[in-house]
Amino acid sequence: MMQVGKMTQRWEGKGAVTEPTWVRYLLVTAALAFLALFLLMPLAAVFVQALDKGWEAYLEALKEPDTISAIRLTLITAAVCVPLNLFFGIVASWAIAKFSFRGKSFLITLIDLPFSVSPVVSGLIYVLIFGLQGWLGPWLQTHDIKIIFAIPGIILATVFVTFPFVARELIPLMESQGREEEEAALTLGASGLQTFFRVTFPNIKWGILYGVILCNARAMGEFGAVSVVSGHVRGSTNTIPLQVEILYNEYNYAAAFAVASLLALLALVTLAIKTVSEWKMQQSISVAGKER
Amino acid sequence: MSIDIEGISKTFGGFVALDNVSLKVPSGELVALLGPSGSGKTSLLRIIAGLETPDSGRILFDGKEATKRQVQERQVGFVFQHYALFRHMTVFDNIAFGLTVKPKKIRPGKQEIRDKVNKLLKLIQLENLADRYPAQLSGGQRQRVALARALAVEPQVLLLDEPFGALDAKVRLELRRWLRRLHDEIHVTSVFVTHDQEEALEVADRIVVMNHGRIEQQGTPSEVYDHPATPFVYDFLGSVNLFHGRVHEGTAQMGGINLSSPEYALANDAPAVGYVRSHDIAIERQAGDPGAIKAEVRYLLSVGPLVRVDLLLPDGNRTIEVDLTREEAERLQLSIGEQVFARPRKMRVFVDDYQI
Repeated sequence: MMQVGKMTQRWEGKGAVTEPTWVRYLLVTAALAFLALFLLMPLAAVFVQALDKGWEAYLEALKEPDTISAIRLTLITAAVCVPLNLFFGIVASWAIAKFSFRGKSFLITLIDLPFSVSPVVSGLIYVLIFGLQGWLGPWLQTHDIKIIFAIPGIILATVFVTFPFVARELIPLMESQGREEEEAALTLGASGLQTFFRVTFPNIKWGILYGVILCNARAMGEFGAVSVVSGHVRGSTNTIPLQVEILYNEYNYAAAFAVASLLALLALVTLAIKTVSEWKMQQSISVAGKER
Repeated sequence: MSIDIEGISKTFGGFVALDNVSLKVPSGELVALLGPSGSGKTSLLRIIAGLETPDSGRILFDGKEATKRQVQERQVGFVFQHYALFRHMTVFDNIAFGLTVKPKKIRPGKQEIRDKVNKLLKLIQLENLADRYPAQLSGGQRQRVALARALAVEPQVLLLDEPFGALDAKVRLELRRWLRRLHDEIHVTSVFVTHDQEEALEVADRIVVMNHGRIEQQGTPSEVYDHPATPFVYDFLGSVNLFHGRVHEGTAQMGGINLSSPEYALANDAPAVGYVRSHDIAIERQAGDPGAIKAEVRYLLSVGPLVRVDLLLPDGNRTIEVDLTREEAERLQLSIGEQVFARPRKMRVFVDDYQI
């Protein structure tokens, strides 16, 4: 009897797969040390370097006309890319999660393509198509349309690179929720649009926010693809990441880090929103799970 | 509203879900589609609702062609096995949904919607849970909300897809009796899908037994239970014992019993199978009757109000199951290993490949 009692207690207290306490502390410490060394320290360094010469110099660096132009271009790019990919992402994941059709897995692979291609290659693709020596180059030149080394090229490259973010977030979420709620709405007389806005959207809104925030962070931070198509024209085709590189290469460290701190701040805000939306999304999935 | 199903076929990839199915559901009846999983019953229900399009065939509502009608125009109430409640809406909003999505011209006013929802909440006995979310309800409560939501739009037809399948036994029993009473009150034409024969027998006015995308038999519960048309129906409704034997010119020989089966008057020493329900076998100590088989008691088990007896047949490797009432079992006082005589009270013979 005693033996049995002891056994149960041990089982409840520790569980069969739990490691001894010292192993757990060791693993946690190792992980935290790694994070501090490779993530937190560099992040802190960015802000330390940026404020190296004081607040005045920091603000001065941000007020520089070329920097302001870079910030504006980055905002424009994100303002175009994010809504485009939001729309595409919702449409694609709706189609993939709620319907079965031929070529579905091919479409999923296609959506993932930008993840598997190096951003530099993505940029080069656009140069090959729209560049002066490219397929459409001569035609574009005779019609006086500039895509490469201009804003349209930067937007195109960014759209390509940030293509998967919203769709990738929504597909698993929508698949896990099934289509019964939508079917119920239809049998109750709701139109397609009513079904989307009153039934589907409330169930995926946190997933959408999550995807949008990641998409936005990447759109603002993208370097490789944009670098290839931008041409680095100061005050005209430089985005924030490109501006950071130029300032850094000119040994203007304080200014470079000041501009970089903007991206670091964006990352922190993104992380915060991401955490909240992830938590909310988990909640809505577990509610769905309980309902099954 | 009556439903006419005419020659409906549906395949999914290579799988034939429905094979030229025709069925009439008279107005105001409660019909059960009964069959094992994969028999096509849910596909048929979804086709009636318009959630699935048939490959061929027609659906008529009140004699009018409805095959091409959109789901929204069919005025059907659909109840899903897993409730499919809108998880981000309260119970009240769930029930009101069908009313609030109506086009502005015919949408009832706020007060009218409120009155109607409150009436339905009363009907499903959940008046004080109107502000809860689906996740905060039990399974039985959720399914009642789903039913109220479907009834709110006053559907012409109520379609229920395994409505009690996800509930535990006691709630299932309560809810199906409640559904039966509800149907007696409102008399809306209803079709419900189930794989539970007991549920179909208890609730439905008529039972349609389906298998492999075809209708095996349809009729009232007692017709289907007492006079199964095919071996499949016999097998599917209730537990059954099989006796293998032969039929010759109207007489069947099954494991030592002879019985006349006039429907096979032309059979010439054909292999046949006799079907006997486990409660249609009497156990006796004396071999008084020529129609009794000698057998050995193998196993005794009381299952609720019944006692199940496993009998080993003289050939030594086949057993039959017999259900006795408690009183009978107490009268007999059987013990394991004892020799007894089993007498089938009612046997139905089917010759292989000889469908009636």
